[in-house]
Amino acid sequence: MTKMQESLIQVKGLKKNFGSLEVLKGIDEEIHKGEVVSIIGPSGSGKSTFLRCLNLLEVPTAGEVIFEGVDITNKKVNIDKHRQKIGMVFQHFNVFPHLNVLKNITITPILEKKVSPEEAEKQADKLLAMVGLSDKKYEYPRKLSGGQKQRLAIIRALAMEPDVMLFDEPTSALDPEMVKEVLDVIRDLAEKGMTCVIVTHEMGFAKQISDRVFFMDEGIIQEKGTPEEVFDHPKNPRTIEFLSKVL
Amino acid sequence: MNFFQEIFEVGWRFRALFLEGALGTLQLAFITVFFGCLLGIFIALMKMSKFKPLSWIATAYISVIRGTPMLVQLFIFYLFVPQMSPAIKALDLPEYFYVTLCLIINSSAYVSEIIRSGIQAVDKGQTEAARSLGMSKRNTMIRIVLPQAIKNILPALGNEFIMMIKETSLASTFYLNELMRTRIVLQSTYFLTWQPLFVIAFIYFVMTTILSKGVSLLEKRLSVSD
Repeated sequence: MTKMQESLIQVKGLKKNFGSLEVLKGIDEEIHKGEVVSIIGPSGSGKSTFLRCLNLLEVPTAGEVIFEGVDITNKKVNIDKHRQKIGMVFQHFNVFPHLNVLKNITITPILEKKVSPEEAEKQADKLLAMVGLSDKKYEYPRKLSGGQKQRLAIIRALAMEPDVMLFDEPTSALDPEMVKEVLDVIRDLAEKGMTCVIVTHEMGFAKQISDRVFFMDEGIIQEKGTPEEVFDHPKNPRTIEFLSKVL
Repeated sequence: MNFFQEIFEVGWRFRALFLEGALGTLQLAFITVFFGCLLGIFIALMKMSKFKPLSWIATAYISVIRGTPMLVQLFIFYLFVPQMSPAIKALDLPEYFYVTLCLIINSSAYVSEIIRSGIQAVDKGQTEAARSLGMSKRNTMIRIVLPQAIKNILPALGNEFIMMIKETSLASTFYLNELMRTRIVLQSTYFLTWQPLFVIAFIYFVMTTILSKGVSLLEKRLSVSD
């Protein structure tokens, strides 16, 4: 624990309403550099919304999100610049269907970071090799399987050289036989020291990989701790009930 | 002489006139849809704007134009608009200008809805993914959303062009040079009352049928890359 006390993201009094529906009811939390945090909980508990507030895809109704010392909920900050440092992977991949695999990866670094096309391609080659997609470099996404699309989505985010990766149920839309290939890539990243926040229903994976686990329900973090604390010795009755259903 | 023979003979005898009319119609429809597109893009962007007053203006513009008959609009642009103010009167623009302008404005309302729905039909996840990477709003629209929206927009624009080929026949009332106008010429000069109508209907039918085929081919080609 001691090695990872440096704060990367701080959340203060975070609230989010959709109309009259209170989805997040006040969250104070901190994500540390190099840490892997899994967020579990029933659907509708606000875990995806919480994750999407971290890069302001959802604009919080109240509260602050401080990323690398800057409150990114402040309307004056250039959110694009900060988002470049916060990678995100979605449940439905959201790869760009009109661009081939290479361009999916290189378009944003070239446009927004002014990386030269040659440089961007070199980097893309490395990333493609890392996730075993080198032979798909010039394919269009429609030719890829779900697992391949999700691996592409992961390296597309990595191409921006982010300081943290957010995963929003990265394996929920995958066929069972493709879950492992995606989890392996995430595990690999985590082991290399990437800070990861993962919303997931893969309890076994969360238990193995995480430094800390948050259990969310009804818009607040009900319980948090090491995987052993949350999975093996839960204290909150809600956590106990949830785990009894899913484990 | 039987029915078909008579029509055929009129069609053949005045083929140059009909051809000129058909070309006039195609030209008018093209001008209308082309400028309707340019105007329609602005209206669509206005309607999607987060700045509410802009969006309201666009909504009102679209509903008024789509909710009133084109013939009424044409009369307003023919009789009222040119006389609206001394400044406009002083411009002394030809009547066909106002009639064409009316067609363009009418088309822009329909085109703007085609463009807007084409853009909004692109999965929201695409915008979210691009923005999450740190891509600017502008680049996200130009590089990610629009290229995908084009696929929805182009076939619908083709259909709008086909609609306009038929709709421009209303402009014959205002002496614009298009296919329907040939009827008036032939009636007043040669006292041919009904034969030109069937020739004209046939030419419209051929034009719209060929173009419809073209649009469905285009649709097929565009959907291949999905």
